[in-house]
Amino acid sequence: MAMISYLKSCLIAAIWFVFLTFPLMVVKVNTLKNTVEWRWMNMLWVAIGAFILSAVWRWAMERRARGASQKEQESSDSDKKPSLGERLLEDPKLYRPLLGLVVALALLMPWVSEMYQVTIWVFALIYVVLGLGLNITVGLAGLLDLGYVAFFGVGAYTYAILNTRFGLDFWICLPIGGLTGALVGVLLGFPILRLRGDYLAIVTLGFGSIAKIVYENWEGVFNGARGIEKIARPGFFGMEMDISAATTFTYYLMLVMVVFTIFVTNRLKDSRIGRAWMALREDEIACVAMGVDMARTKLGAYALGAFWAGLVGVIFASQTTYINPASFDFMLSAIVLSMVVLGGMGSIVGVVIAALVLNLLPEYLRAFEDYRMLVFGAVMVLMMLFRPQGLVSNVRKTYTHSKKVHAEEANG
Amino acid sequence: MDYFLELFLSGLTRGSIYALIALGYTMVYGIIQLINFAHGEIYMIGAFVALVVSGVLTIYGFSGVSILILAALIAIIYSAAYGYTLEKIAYRPLRGAPRLSPLISAIGMSLFLQNYVLLAQTADFLPFPELVPEFEFMEPIAHIMGSAELIILITSAITMIGLTLLIKYTRIGKAMRATQQDMVMARLTGINVDRVISVTFIIGSVLAAIAGVLVGSYIGQINYFIGFMAGVKAFTAAVLGGIGNIPGAALGGLVLGLAEAMAAGYISSAYEDVFAFGVLVLILILRPSGLLGKAVKQKV
Amino acid sequence: MRKSVMKSFVVIALLSMIVPAVGFAADTIKIGVAGPHTGDLAPYGLPTKDAAMMLAEQVNAAGGVLGKQIEVVPMDDQCKPEIATSAATKLVSEGVDIVIGHVCSGATKAALGIYKESNIIAISPSATNPPLTQSGDYPNFYRTIAPDDDQGKLAASFATDKLGAKKIAILHDKGDYGKGFADFSQAAIEAGGKAKVVLFEGVTPGAMDYSAVVQKIRREGADAVIFGGYHPEASKLVGQMKKKRVNVPFIGPDGVKGDGFLEIAGDDAEGVYATGPMDVSALAGNKKAKDDYVAKFGKEPGTFFDQGYAAMQTILNAIKESGGTDSAGLEKALRGSYVDTAVGKIKFDAKGDAEGVGFSVFQVQDGKFVELK
Repeated sequence: MAMISYLKSCLIAAIWFVFLTFPLMVVKVNTLKNTVEWRWMNMLWVAIGAFILSAVWRWAMERRARGASQKEQESSDSDKKPSLGERLLEDPKLYRPLLGLVVALALLMPWVSEMYQVTIWVFALIYVVLGLGLNITVGLAGLLDLGYVAFFGVGAYTYAILNTRFGLDFWICLPIGGLTGALVGVLLGFPILRLRGDYLAIVTLGFGSIAKIVYENWEGVFNGARGIEKIARPGFFGMEMDISAATTFTYYLMLVMVVFTIFVTNRLKDSRIGRAWMALREDEIACVAMGVDMARTKLGAYALGAFWAGLVGVIFASQTTYINPASFDFMLSAIVLSMVVLGGMGSIVGVVIAALVLNLLPEYLRAFEDYRMLVFGAVMVLMMLFRPQGLVSNVRKTYTHSKKVHAEEANG
Repeated sequence: MDYFLELFLSGLTRGSIYALIALGYTMVYGIIQLINFAHGEIYMIGAFVALVVSGVLTIYGFSGVSILILAALIAIIYSAAYGYTLEKIAYRPLRGAPRLSPLISAIGMSLFLQNYVLLAQTADFLPFPELVPEFEFMEPIAHIMGSAELIILITSAITMIGLTLLIKYTRIGKAMRATQQDMVMARLTGINVDRVISVTFIIGSVLAAIAGVLVGSYIGQINYFIGFMAGVKAFTAAVLGGIGNIPGAALGGLVLGLAEAMAAGYISSAYEDVFAFGVLVLILILRPSGLLGKAVKQKV
Repeated sequence: MRKSVMKSFVVIALLSMIVPAVGFAADTIKIGVAGPHTGDLAPYGLPTKDAAMMLAEQVNAAGGVLGKQIEVVPMDDQCKPEIATSAATKLVSEGVDIVIGHVCSGATKAALGIYKESNIIAISPSATNPPLTQSGDYPNFYRTIAPDDDQGKLAASFATDKLGAKKIAILHDKGDYGKGFADFSQAAIEAGGKAKVVLFEGVTPGAMDYSAVVQKIRREGADAVIFGGYHPEASKLVGQMKKKRVNVPFIGPDGVKGDGFLEIAGDDAEGVYATGPMDVSALAGNKKAKDDYVAKFGKEPGTFFDQGYAAMQTILNAIKESGGTDSAGLEKALRGSYVDTAVGKIKFDAKGDAEGVGFSVFQVQDGKFVELK
């Protein structure tokens, strides 16, 4: 009986979705030629897809509900077995060789593959650093920033302008770009300190859009929609490099950047300010009541997140050698955000893996390209519903109070 | 003076569209404190459904007014269905989750719906048929206000009055107000809170669909991306008027529309969006509760 | 159609991973075709790719050039600068001898540096941004379409001389292309001294309506409107001008001159002027190219088909004349003599612009763009 009612509800869901998608998936009108195209096959696909998905959905929802009640029991039950993923990250014997393998592969990559692959990886690594930077703001401090791309643009334009107008070198501009990003972060951060999470999201979205409009309209400084071209690639002690050597060099530079970012964010996480961020994320009022300086903590998170974006902005500009405002639109912010969400907010390993997967998958599976944003959207919803902690959840330092000792004491 | 009047009316037209969409944001926010990021997409879907329906009906030989009514009706039904489903799938399971979770889920839904329409239909702009006929009697003042604008103003006024009556005098309106004030208490008095939330989404979606049909036939073209900017602007309007406050959303929409038209008319239309966002930031800093909202102390 | 393109991409992507970059390629001549092949700008890039592949097929069937087979290597850049650089690097690492592309000016700017460093010639069917040739930065760049400043000048002179406008309003969409066209029109009008620019303003693409700007046009008393941008904004402007009873001529660039504009603007399109590449459909060379396309694909070719076809023709001719794929030789051949192509008889000048191509003004009459002589 349960089975039949289960199937019946799946069938109802399938019919409902056929109804919902009918005008958009099945009908296609050409008003110029006055013809209607009826794509009945789509209806069939929707029906089958909705039926299967709703079966999976129901199962997942039930599991989720069970999981929630189980968790309550578990919290009183202290010795829980860590999952394989957690063991991999916890146990040095397991993760050290794995890490060594990854590092070796990463170092060897430019020598065994073509330049195109290297270029693709440079951009993927740029996304990794962006993800890690946004992870500080969103993941650790819980400040949802939808205009993260603004800081990336600040870094890119800083280098582009300093290099093409004043002839400044890449290596001087790299820290300048990062610091300008951080400075803009603080400047934008000030007025919006008091805003709560959701207001903050919409205001940062506004800042992101304003930044793009300013790049477009302020011709004197940003060269408007024409963009800035002939930006120099990074040099290395005055060595002349051809394009493939420069790309390889940028690749290694990005590897160093990634390692540096991971190192810094990792240290930050366990530092005083890092713990303050997480406390702020969990409960703002309680955190302030405990004596955490809210303004400084929030601005710190903003500035640090922006710093990384500015830094890789410089590298981005040097890699493309041409930038225009169109590169810095909301979609970039959305993509980086979905990486942070998929990776698990606050988790460094998770964000790195998510950034690589989300960037390289469409590159190697071209057929996937058109569905990329659709999947990103769906991923964000599904992650929130079923795994809000991300694929690789953030393992927080815990201090457990062992029950066994108590028991022995009681016996003895 | 003539120029001012022209700008004023174009601001009013734009403002009433903002107001219609802003109402959906404000009602949802009032009840579950969620920025329904995908609300702009419901508006876009409403416009698309109306486009498809009117296209089919034109080909099958229906005429003027019957197309308008049928297209609008079906668009409203579909938008309501989408709004209802959206809430059920993406927001309801997250009730009680940390505040950030439903917001991210909403952003994801917005991306998903945009790209769903893009893939199911097209990325290009599509011509939207002119559903509102040109009235003879408007001809002398057509350079200031056309029939499409007249219809937009009248429809939004009627819709907003209807909404006010609904909320003030009907059972479900009372239940909505009760849920907005205190969800737990409302549940204790026997109100089916889930149902009230669903109804709120449906009403908001209906308003968005009306806005979508009106804009489509006024501008004459739509694509999958029109919901994004309209949604952000309407949200700005809702905040401007004091989020959660229904007359506030209407007022905020009108003020924002007028401000944009004046800025475009007297300053430059190149900075139109900067201006709207500037207003939003200023309002949030200077008067976070909005024009009509009451300052609420956060309870601990 | 789309699926097969996708499939070929997957195959090429896979092959490129397996096949080492250098080696056996000596007996074929590789021609890269870069442009948007996926995404919403694909309609501007795919016709050029089809043209190149079609022509290569015909030449190969007839024994190739200099006894070598032609191999077309398509590469997608989605018109984005950052993807264009990787597309360009990929073409370079696949060892192409010459490139047709890119399609969008921004993507072209980003990619040209890479070709220049590798000493590869690029011929674009559609990148109309004037500095690409005029700045002298890219001696390896050629194009089979006339640059935007010609177009701006033409629009300006048409407005002042033919329409007799004295007060002109210039609007643009703030984009690279639209703003460029608007700037050139403005410069030409001011240099001509026959009319005044009474309004120069950017509009926001995707804004809900343009009625405020339309009212501004009326207030300034403009007797012609020149718009730089693409068809969605143009049709929105034209529609609202009509609604607000602002009855002045509207002149757009070639981004407006297409079926998209006719379709969306509908009846409002009637009477609108647009500049665009000269009508070459009467030429025998153009007719043959189009007939071949229709015979092969069963539909009318899309935007920039003529220019893409012409680019391929000039390349094949240059290879034949110079007797190889050495860039210095190719350069000499490209600049040396006129070639009969799908866009007429053309050769390239010292800067890389084609002599023999140009723009004319079209007007929408009875739902079609008609060339005004």
